[in-house]
Amino acid sequence: MASEKVQTLTDSNFDQSVINSANPVLVDFWAEWCGPCRRLAPTVDELATDYDGRITVGKLNVDDNPNVAFRYSIRGIPTLLLFKGGQIVEQVVGLADKDSLKKLIDKHV
Amino acid sequence: MLRNVIIIGSGPAGLTAALYTSRANLQPLVVEGLEAGGQLMLTTMVENWPGHKDGVMGPDLMMEMREQAQRFGAEIVRGNVTAVDLSSTPFKVRTADAEYLARALIIATGASARLLGLPSERKLMGHGVSTCATCDGYFFRGKPIAVIGGGDSAMEEAIFLTKFASHVTVVHRRDALRASKIMQDKAFANPKISFEWNTEVDDVKDTAAGVVTTIVLHNNKTGERKELPVEGVFVAIGHDPNTSLFKGQLEMDPNGYVITHAGTRTSVPAVFACGDVQDHIYRQAVTAAGSGCMAAIDAEKYLEGVPQHIGEAVQAGQAVQAAE
Repeated sequence: MASEKVQTLTDSNFDQSVINSANPVLVDFWAEWCGPCRRLAPTVDELATDYDGRITVGKLNVDDNPNVAFRYSIRGIPTLLLFKGGQIVEQVVGLADKDSLKKLIDKHV
Repeated sequence: MLRNVIIIGSGPAGLTAALYTSRANLQPLVVEGLEAGGQLMLTTMVENWPGHKDGVMGPDLMMEMREQAQRFGAEIVRGNVTAVDLSSTPFKVRTADAEYLARALIIATGASARLLGLPSERKLMGHGVSTCATCDGYFFRGKPIAVIGGGDSAMEEAIFLTKFASHVTVVHRRDALRASKIMQDKAFANPKISFEWNTEVDDVKDTAAGVVTTIVLHNNKTGERKELPVEGVFVAIGHDPNTSLFKGQLEMDPNGYVITHAGTRTSVPAVFACGDVQDHIYRQAVTAAGSGCMAAIDAEKYLEGVPQHIGEAVQAGQAVQAAE
């Protein structure tokens, strides 16, 4: 399952863990029935390890946590949002390879 | 490390090629690609795979193919090929993490969903615009949506989406579907599906609001414009072959499909192509698998005629280099 470096985000802990985070936070919006989301999961795990200490990586299950998904008008998954200072600075919809994601993250660390 | 054969892609074509080449003791390496498993990973029940009489879930079928190839020794690695060099042998295949060398190459990179090409479509991707009904249908429970397209994929998506949506409008630019009869009949019989014929999409609104609220349509026969309130737009207008890697290195037709002859041979000896990347006519999982088998046999026959030493330049069918 997800590595311990990946936080489980919820409707209740989102503001505290993401909006108020000192570090940039990469949020992976996913669900069980979404094949491409499962495909992306190992990449997200690796990013959590590679950027340990520099960014926080979290996953939000949209099935269980519809409020946050609704707040950001997420209507397609997988979607990755990179938050910095509570604002969205990068957005990736659909599958992406690790290299492109690293390039995006590197702009903000 | 030099491999006998590298297979690029892991859909039905790539995995069948992997199965056959591994059973031929060629120790193939498969580079999975970003959309590992191919297009069947995005579908639900597959009813037309011969041998699964009661149907099989797309992802399950791909898992079976993968495990079957691995059982005979195929090595499947996660990774996306970013560049290939086919100008000399051994061929070079590069991913973000490694560079591989191959005596023979099997290209099975398949095809990806085509988009309408509208800026609003791109801006609203993930915010109401989608190319994956199984991934995103959930977000439109009880909402009206549109499916753009007229082929089997569009019908499949439309029918699937009636499980969630309040209503599905199929928008097609002609007055007849190109989907198979059985899919057409299913769609016509579904009370939640209606059709806008001879209709094209001009724009998707509302980019300022950041979510889909409407699509702007025009009838290409009458010129009539209208706006259809929808909260989701599923684009299912076909697929384009994934051949950008091979531009300038392999002969392709005007639509980007790799040209094959005498089976799966391409314009470069020792490079073979199978599946949707070289097929714009049939594009079925079973025809892709069939061509994957052909590519494996073509590659095996080729390798049987090639000298084992890396340094040797003579290749079957390739012009001998001018003597220095």
